Amino acid sequence: MRTIIVIIRKEFLQIFRNRAMLPQIIMMPLIQLLILSNAATFEIRHLNMHVIDQDQSQASRQLIGKFKASNYFELSDFSFDEKHADEDIMQGKDRCIMMIPKGFEHDLMKEQHTKLLLNINAIDGAAAAVINTYALNIIQSFNQQIDAQWINQQQFDQQKILNTPYSFWYNPYMNYKTFMVPGLIVMLLTMVGMFMSAQNIVREKEIGTIEQINVTPIKKAHFIIGKQVPFLIIGLVQLTIGLLVARWVFSIHILGSVPLIYLFATVYLITLLGFGLLISTMVDTQQQAMFLAWFFMVIFILMSGLFTPIEAMPQWAQGITKFNPIAYFVAVMRMVVLKGSSLKDILPQLTAISIGGLVMCSLATLRYRKRAG
Amino acid sequence: MKLTGENIIEVENLVKRFGSFTAVDNISFQVKKGEVFGFLGANGAGKTTAIKMLIGLWSPTSGKANVAGFNLFTEAEQIRKNIGYMAQRFSLYEDLTVIENIQFYGGIYGLRKNILKERAEELISELGMESFRKELIKNIPLGWKQKLALSVAMIHKPKIVFLDEPTSGVDPITRRQFWDLIYNAAEKGTTVFVTTHYMDESEYCDRVSIMVDGRIEALDTPTQLKKQFNAESMDEVFLKLARPTGIQI
Repeated sequence: MRTIIVIIRKEFLQIFRNRAMLPQIIMMPLIQLLILSNAATFEIRHLNMHVIDQDQSQASRQLIGKFKASNYFELSDFSFDEKHADEDIMQGKDRCIMMIPKGFEHDLMKEQHTKLLLNINAIDGAAAAVINTYALNIIQSFNQQIDAQWINQQQFDQQKILNTPYSFWYNPYMNYKTFMVPGLIVMLLTMVGMFMSAQNIVREKEIGTIEQINVTPIKKAHFIIGKQVPFLIIGLVQLTIGLLVARWVFSIHILGSVPLIYLFATVYLITLLGFGLLISTMVDTQQQAMFLAWFFMVIFILMSGLFTPIEAMPQWAQGITKFNPIAYFVAVMRMVVLKGSSLKDILPQLTAISIGGLVMCSLATLRYRKRAG
Repeated sequence: MKLTGENIIEVENLVKRFGSFTAVDNISFQVKKGEVFGFLGANGAGKTTAIKMLIGLWSPTSGKANVAGFNLFTEAEQIRKNIGYMAQRFSLYEDLTVIENIQFYGGIYGLRKNILKERAEELISELGMESFRKELIKNIPLGWKQKLALSVAMIHKPKIVFLDEPTSGVDPITRRQFWDLIYNAAEKGTTVFVTTHYMDESEYCDRVSIMVDGRIEALDTPTQLKKQFNAESMDEVFLKLARPTGIQI
């Protein structure tokens, strides 16, 4: 037990002696959280739309007005020339073209149905889908308005509308930041923890002190635990800062139990740091350690459900996420912070991460050898 | 120095191979308790490899060895409790102070707080390093670092201390002081196993072994070795052994 404390003390001394380290640990995640939470969003606003109004009627103007009134579209260009519009899209000036054909109003009134053409630049498929949804919503609302105003004035009883009332649970205003911030907190404390632990033991290999430690009777498990605890504490401090920022800056109130978050975070960090130290025992230089850490980090983060829903991934990829510690923590953070989930709700995740932690720490301890072949 | 005649290190047919290269080729020797044992050889003769096997950092390929009364293959942890090691490569933490390094290594060896405190004070005053106490290691001169490293390697009062070229790169005065420390330890009953390629230093040893290409070619007291090889100095002994034909460069 005493040897563990001796190592913890030494690690902290070294961390705090390094003047660059503290700002790295505290400020970097803070800045990243503030920037990313505002940047990482699927909400698209002020899209440039090129309008070709060949009808020039009251109805077409009303439709254009509806687009104009929404925050989503910026009607950047008007023309009668499809070629011109195509060029604008090619050059990236406009994201979509709306073409209102001649006879739009006439058809609408007399035939009770008409056509409208919407061309969307779909290089970014996800963004195009979002644009499409926005546009359809606006057009639908225009439709209903027309219906009520002009066509069905006398015969509104004929209209049969399947009305679907809906409400968004847990994030009623569909605020993207509310959704992203808890996940981003996970990402930030993961990055710092992973890199610091991956570099740690290999650094002692590089400067040669590891030999001096290996000739002492220190127990391997004590060594690994002593190396883990300082980073665990740092991780929990970062979590605290993250949650405070979430509260004060983003007004996100934690619905569930705070101790539950800390419990899960502790087990999670033990797993993560075990993995980092495992990398550290396997490589010979800090550079190799960083490459390996980056490799796993990128996969873990992009497959964590933080930016893209896991449900949207192909089956095999969903299988991989079962081994992704970040995915569990992102899910649990969102559950506890936004939904107020209890211990019982997160038990599957907690079990999985505990098993992962056990495996990682055992591997790191086994892989750390005092005597080389 | 009172040698009891009891062997504290016993090595029999120890071999270390790296692939097809044999770094240590079937060496056998004994070291007596309380001895200052010089382990000589040119660069690449296999000294460091041999020492790293004896302190349990590398596994031998074959052979038998007993260190401090324990079997090298099965009781490595017991051996670690009873030995100290000072590496060729400097191994104190540069970003920790003198006292912090002492406390760390003492703590790792499981010394209790009050004992550790006592030893730390003792050590610092013996070395005359009071003024360096709170200085970072990276800021103190190399000679001081080496002396401190030796003392730290013996903080837990080991039965044997292994020193791998402890004086390389330090000035003659510091080397002299360093050997005073070694004698000091030997007087207190610590067995000293020291590798060096300074031949004048080998004169300070009780017995000396000379390694050439992974084998021990000679082992005796400096006086006997000089007689045996009909040489004026250990330098000459060494040259005769390392370059037997006397012509090759």
